[in-house]
Amino acid sequence: MSTAAATHDEHHDHGPAKGLMRWITTTNHKDIGSLYLLFALLMFFIGGAMAMVIRAELFQPGMQLVQPEFFNSMTTVHALVMIFGAVMPAFTGLANWLIPMMIGAPDMALPRLNNFSFWILPFAFTMLLLTFFMDGGAPAGGWTLYPPLVLQLGEAFPFMIFAIHLMGISSIMGSINVIVTILNMRAPGMTLMKMPLFVWTWLITAYLLIATMPVLAGAVTMLLTDKFAGTSFFSAAGGGDPVMFQHIFWFFGHPEVYILILPAFGVVSAIVPTFARKPLFGYSSMVYATASIAFLSFIVWAHHMFTVGMPVVGELFFMYATMMIAVPTGVKVFNWVSTMWKGSMTFETPMLFAIGFIFMFTIGGFSGLMLAIAPADFQYHDTYFVVAHFHYVLVTGAIYSIMAATYYWLPKWTGNMYNETLGKWHFWISTISVNVLFFPQHFLGLAGMPRRIPDYSVQFADWNMVSSIGGFVFGASQLLFAFIVFKTIRGGEKASSQVWEGAKGLEWTLSSPPPYHSFTQAPEVK
Amino acid sequence: MADSRHKANLISLARISVVVVAMFGFGYLLVPLYNVFCEITGLNGKTGRVDEQAVAARYHVDKDRFVTVQFVVNANQGMPWDVRPAQREVKVHPGEIYATTFTARNPTARDMVGQAVPSVAPNVASRYFNKTECFCFTQQTLAAGEQKAMPLHFVVDPKLPKNVRTLTLAYTFFDVSEGAKAVN
Repeated sequence: MSTAAATHDEHHDHGPAKGLMRWITTTNHKDIGSLYLLFALLMFFIGGAMAMVIRAELFQPGMQLVQPEFFNSMTTVHALVMIFGAVMPAFTGLANWLIPMMIGAPDMALPRLNNFSFWILPFAFTMLLLTFFMDGGAPAGGWTLYPPLVLQLGEAFPFMIFAIHLMGISSIMGSINVIVTILNMRAPGMTLMKMPLFVWTWLITAYLLIATMPVLAGAVTMLLTDKFAGTSFFSAAGGGDPVMFQHIFWFFGHPEVYILILPAFGVVSAIVPTFARKPLFGYSSMVYATASIAFLSFIVWAHHMFTVGMPVVGELFFMYATMMIAVPTGVKVFNWVSTMWKGSMTFETPMLFAIGFIFMFTIGGFSGLMLAIAPADFQYHDTYFVVAHFHYVLVTGAIYSIMAATYYWLPKWTGNMYNETLGKWHFWISTISVNVLFFPQHFLGLAGMPRRIPDYSVQFADWNMVSSIGGFVFGASQLLFAFIVFKTIRGGEKASSQVWEGAKGLEWTLSSPPPYHSFTQAPEVK
Repeated sequence: MADSRHKANLISLARISVVVVAMFGFGYLLVPLYNVFCEITGLNGKTGRVDEQAVAARYHVDKDRFVTVQFVVNANQGMPWDVRPAQREVKVHPGEIYATTFTARNPTARDMVGQAVPSVAPNVASRYFNKTECFCFTQQTLAAGEQKAMPLHFVVDPKLPKNVRTLTLAYTFFDVSEGAKAVN
């Protein structure tokens, strides 16, 4: 340790330690960013495997492959793994890699906290996934954990709660680090309104996280004490109310969906100007739109529970408040389109994924507006229409932006160019199959197929088969993604430090791959 | 330079940690807020409890108006008790105290404790429905095979909105034999 400290003080560009311990003890933002991203990729495949089981079972009506209880565990754990294990760590990994490089800092502000916040994640997910081997099986009551159903879970119950606690602690610590880094570590001249939008969206996301993850922690702690300590927060027999859980949960849950999408907005706002070779249209309106979305996300939660028996006034309030979110979101979409307008566009893989994001995220946004209409929601609630909606915003939204970001910054991170032909193949196979996978689910939902069921009436058979075929192709095409990423890490055509002709920002002034400590001398920002 | 930045980072860390702890507390604060909100708005069908003496002072009996009060009892899943109202419905004058009974029978071979939780529909009417005495105020103990009549005294607030002509009082009986707290 003393040698490491000595070299640090000398401002030398020293390399990382060797071997496995490098990754366990690392406090370097790039190492931790890579760990987060690789962990997210692993979880993406574990959660994806569960999705394959779900689609295989739903390929035909009737019970084919798995027990209904196991099917329910698949839907529940698929959601928990994808949300907390894949999308959130992937964005935290991007934040770790990019924020110090984008604001001209040597590293994150709190490196030890950074190491700790990553390394509790593998333990959290090991604990969650081991519940499959427990008496009573893995969590099967839905990722929303509604009581009293969730309280019927067997031995896995406390393990699930503690796993969620650990995930929450991890993302809270990650967010604290992001906020402190952005507020304290910016290079001289890097004012808030000069920051790249990715940094802005992550700053706002981090605030959403520290405001809502503790509320989720409180909610699951109440579940825990209801089950084991004799409290009755959600038990009607003891004077509590199960509907209250839904209110507390969605007070966390709705900001959470913006936690999953705001960094994606930042990624797309970085990529579109590069390949349109024009500055981002309406930078400050993007910042204000992001902040408005974050604010509105706190006052719309009950649109997830229109059918619990709310008074009309409540339904109207949450309906209009929800629809209001379409305004700042529309500002963003129009700004991206205006950025592309009359630009000298080229369509490399990151740009394809970014445009795919804009197009398909907007489809998900529109189905969200349909769901926001309270009287119509009574028909859509808990159907496959909802499943189609949130997979359009999360898969073709959040996941597409993460893939766009990977293709865009991977040459910078590794110093090697990825294979453009394979990248384009990955994009087109994914985009066609993901629409075959999720678009028919709109029809299924409107026709009344409920979500979270292992069997269905025969009139839903055709579209389910189409959807499953799309699912298998989409799942398989992600193996191509993993192949491209690992191939690029191992070697390839050398990338210049600029990488993309139209790329602007401090990270492109560093070499590819960048030095172990990003900016040991603060750069000058004009 | 490096030292002062490190200090600033730790100060920011401490400040944000306070927010985290406060938001954890806020999650718990939502519980009483929720209950107060439901009490004020009458959402959730929560009913009130009043003193018998206070009724005469507070309410003026409206002899010109009739309100139909219907009674429904459900046993929660896994609760074997058979509970029935003595009357399916009664017509009452707002402001006047009425008494009715419910009969509960424990058909099992073990002693059990039950808790009834009331709810009034429509929601808007729940804040105008008050009880002066109710078997739901305490837990009810029934020995194996025992049957017992349980009293309910209630009064409808004369301020009940004019468009409400029928109220439904629904009780759900929960099995709390394994020890839970008493609530009203």
